[in-house]
Amino acid sequence: MSNNRTLRGKSVVAGVAETTYYKRGESPDAEFKLALKAILGACENAGISPKEIDGFSSYSNDRSDPSRIAAALGIHDLRFASMQWGGGGGGASGALANAASAISTGMAECVVVFRALAQGQFGRFGQGRQSKFTSGEPAHTSPFGLMSPAQMFAMKVNRFMHDHGVKQEALRAISLAAYHHAQNNPRAVMHGRPLDAEKYDNSRWIVEPFHLYDCCQENDGAAAMILVPAERAKDFDHPPCYVLSALSGSHYRAGAPVHNTPDYGTSTFKTVAPRLYDMAQVKPSDVDVLQSYENFTGGVLMSVVEHGLCAPDECNEFFTLENLTSSSGKLPLNTSGGNLAECYMHGLGLNVEGVRQVWGESTNQIKDVNVSMVTSGPMVTPVSSCIFGSEATL
Amino acid sequence: MSEYYLNPGLAIPRAQADGLDKAYWDGLAEDKLIIQRCLSCKGWQWGPEWLCHRCHSFDLGYEEIESTGVIYSHERVWHPIHPALKDQGPYVVVLVEFPQADYVRVVGNLLGDPLQPLEIGAKVKGVFEHHTDTDPVYTLLQWQLA
Ligand SMILES: [Zn+2]
Repeated sequence: MSNNRTLRGKSVVAGVAETTYYKRGESPDAEFKLALKAILGACENAGISPKEIDGFSSYSNDRSDPSRIAAALGIHDLRFASMQWGGGGGGASGALANAASAISTGMAECVVVFRALAQGQFGRFGQGRQSKFTSGEPAHTSPFGLMSPAQMFAMKVNRFMHDHGVKQEALRAISLAAYHHAQNNPRAVMHGRPLDAEKYDNSRWIVEPFHLYDCCQENDGAAAMILVPAERAKDFDHPPCYVLSALSGSHYRAGAPVHNTPDYGTSTFKTVAPRLYDMAQVKPSDVDVLQSYENFTGGVLMSVVEHGLCAPDECNEFFTLENLTSSSGKLPLNTSGGNLAECYMHGLGLNVEGVRQVWGESTNQIKDVNVSMVTSGPMVTPVSSCIFGSEATL
Repeated sequence: MSEYYLNPGLAIPRAQADGLDKAYWDGLAEDKLIIQRCLSCKGWQWGPEWLCHRCHSFDLGYEEIESTGVIYSHERVWHPIHPALKDQGPYVVVLVEFPQADYVRVVGNLLGDPLQPLEIGAKVKGVFEHHTDTDPVYTLLQWQLA
């Protein structure tokens, strides 16, 4: 008996694109224009007319309204417009899941997942509240100088590292791997700016255990990905890249205020990952390459553990530059440079890279990729993940 | 030197307009740690919410607990986010849990040398830090090793 209530194999990626990636505040284009450029780029990459798009899916309260985009593109029949709730990049794969749901259920035929950011135009992430008064949950944290994402999440990572004896070198390997990969990726903002262990060790602390190089960049740009029904898999120049699984969620009282979730030192993926593998019908050992959202390296470490790719007490042996950077390593990770060294496109660039690995088009191509996984936005709630698969996985 | 742990100029905390955490802030002003307790199932709950997450009763009371706890996690902050902390130097934020109240937690600073070794599981006792030179005045609950 086949289970019809699944996204597995029902949609396929038709095209992907990103704009030029800029450092924060350096985009010459307005945010909305960046969104349009990425969407048109994905259409060109797919070889379809922008007028074929009938759905939009985004996350983190993206400001580029889908009705305005539909009007700008001259779309005749808008069928789907979806916003995944939750802050940070926890919604990147969730937005993909929503798009795949629309395709799988027949609500729409051609859905674009997109994210656009121009922080120069609209203000910065990671800044403390500078109003005169504070109330609600922030009143219970910001008077103690706990106000930025780095400060919120270091507290979780310290607990995890304490519980499992994780050393700083494990975080360092994640950062080094990202910068290593970025040197082969001309799109990467950190292309031509390599990082070594000494430079990492000598970099300033932001908040322990995060050095400067454990923290994501801040960037301007946009990325987009187009999903269509699996029946169209052979209509494009790319080899088929199917959505095997995509979903979101969080554990018991993950959102309990003032750092009160009972299971605290976690990337929030413990309940999500088993459902992800179930839907995809693959095991952790089947994963050929991983793109894992780095708000901070500690989030990557916990994401990898909670997706069953490394035992929690084996992080110090597992997280080495060798294991994370080659086809023969245990887990090629963030092969575009990721949020740390390619671009912080709120994580959607990781999904784009996950697709390119299946297509054989990565600038750090891993051999024989069939199962390509992406984890989005660790430590926030809800988080989300997705698994792409080649034709051989169906 | 300021008599407070952090330099002045951060936003002043106020009870939220709907009154949900008013008992907490009023308690601090009187050197009392007061948190939420369900009148129906007697479970403790924090941060405050309108509903008990265990039994779904809306009858939530506020009750004083002893201001002693255990460091559940910690962090030493080096990079100042807020302009008021530009010359602060490193400082320590701790997440303190209360075994005497279903292990609910609050955030605070750990008083003393900001470079002191930090230990998860260390016992701490509360210090009520009264900010009397702001309008309105307010009180923060800080922590020192017990
Ligand atoms: Zn109750």
